[in-house]
Amino acid sequence: MRGGLGDRVLYIYTWLIIGWLSLPIAVMILFGFNDKQSKSNTSWQGFTFKWYHQLFAIDGLTTALVNSLLIALISTVLATVLGTLLGLAVGRYRFRGKGVTDFLIFAAISTPELVMGASLLSLFVSGNAPRGHITIIIAHTLFSLAFVVVTVRARVVGLDPSLEEAARDLGAGTWTTFRLVTLPSIMPGVAAGAMLAFALSIDDYVVTSFVNGSTQTFPLWIIGAVKVGIPPQVNVMGTLIFGIGVLLAVVNAVSARRKTTH
Amino acid sequence: MRRWTPYWLALPAWLWLAIFLVVPIAAMASVSLTTGNLIDGFAQTFSVSNYSDAIAKYSTQFLRSLLYGGIATVIMLVLGYPVAYWIAFKAGHRKSMFLFLLLLPFFVSFVLRTISWGFLLADDGILFGTLKGWGVLPEDFHVLATTVAVIGGLVYNFLPFMILPIYVALERVNPTVIEAAYDLYASRFATFRRVVLPLSLPGVFAGVLMTFVPATADPINAQVLGGTGNTMIGNIVQTEYLVNNNYPTASAISFTLMAVLLIGIFIYARALGTENVLEAAAR
Repeated sequence: MRGGLGDRVLYIYTWLIIGWLSLPIAVMILFGFNDKQSKSNTSWQGFTFKWYHQLFAIDGLTTALVNSLLIALISTVLATVLGTLLGLAVGRYRFRGKGVTDFLIFAAISTPELVMGASLLSLFVSGNAPRGHITIIIAHTLFSLAFVVVTVRARVVGLDPSLEEAARDLGAGTWTTFRLVTLPSIMPGVAAGAMLAFALSIDDYVVTSFVNGSTQTFPLWIIGAVKVGIPPQVNVMGTLIFGIGVLLAVVNAVSARRKTTH
Repeated sequence: MRRWTPYWLALPAWLWLAIFLVVPIAAMASVSLTTGNLIDGFAQTFSVSNYSDAIAKYSTQFLRSLLYGGIATVIMLVLGYPVAYWIAFKAGHRKSMFLFLLLLPFFVSFVLRTISWGFLLADDGILFGTLKGWGVLPEDFHVLATTVAVIGGLVYNFLPFMILPIYVALERVNPTVIEAAYDLYASRFATFRRVVLPLSLPGVFAGVLMTFVPATADPINAQVLGGTGNTMIGNIVQTEYLVNNNYPTASAISFTLMAVLLIGIFIYARALGTENVLEAAAR
């Protein structure tokens, strides 16, 4: 028997790190129930459901949240379509320009957000493009796109080409083969990419702060409110997003496990 | 007809990447070589004075960002490696549960997580306010608006990005290799140092890349958790662009930042061997 004490220390240590990582989440949830009287929401003053009832009482915050959801939805669709097509191309075919394409994907993932945001602003300023929803969607599609390519490519590379050949031998056209054979088998990669794109978009602050013009998103509104004090509604929205996200992830994991055991 | 299929598939994304990634970075390079201001307009003078001015003016923030990013990365490596090790080798069938718990913070917005730390560390907040009330801490004790708060925030926010790649590398280590080391009378420590650690280096490499670059360029932690003395280069770029509308200087700073990070990555890659880089890049 190897291990023993050392393993037990590491086990406790891992839980401590997990506890530390979860601490701010607990604080966020807790202060959504804080019956605060003063302007700042940093000290505990009693339990209340008030902020859940008044969730949409702050117009600016509600608009920012709606903007974030809308932008995340549209940029996810765009990034998923563009990224899936490119993922198919680089995962399946050898073609001229593949090396450049791989480099572009790597560059899109590794460029610091700050540089991406700043350079996009340079483009929009020199093109005199008004900043708002559309420029944010363009930016979010850009940084999500490469992540979709990576997840789809991983799936395409593992695909058995004889399946598509079989479909064609049976008289299926290009489109029918894609719809009935290729797409269903790469779907887990597409779905993972789409989820990643949505999460990246709804969370983004840095790139958005450059290209937003006067449009507010959820993270931007929160940063703007830091100096005057974060209203508890922000904690409540954060708690609800956290709850829905965790629920979806758990349901997804459970249903995936069911599929593999049956 | 089929010969053209990959090109048609790639075309839309190519256009997007070319127009919104390649052209803007080229545009930024060109703007960084102009002089002028927002009202009178900018003239392309190919003068490098923006670079020398920006570096001279903001060298403190540049060095501070690299220092904070570097310290945070080292702390993340030290804190994260044992966690990745334990989950990869000892967590058994509960591996996915532990990974899920590590990823929990990602279900909360980055900005909100950082602000939550601000709540926790506030001078009269639940942690220090209580401890001060008990007389455990002196009244003037504070963490918020210090270097410790900023580096701590960076470590907190990026730690999972260090743990995951190391975990992936360790998970791939063939257990029979470790057994072979034990059979050859290697001690636990020797086995770790000469077998497990070298095999996990690609993961360490990827982890460092995934944490150092965003930590160095991050403006949020310094803004939310730092004071006026902790301004990082990310905050400077934001102010120069969005408040001062000083596009030439801001472009020069962004470009210098990118160049410094890329050169850093390159030197680091050479030192660790190119295969590791390619492997990390291929993932």
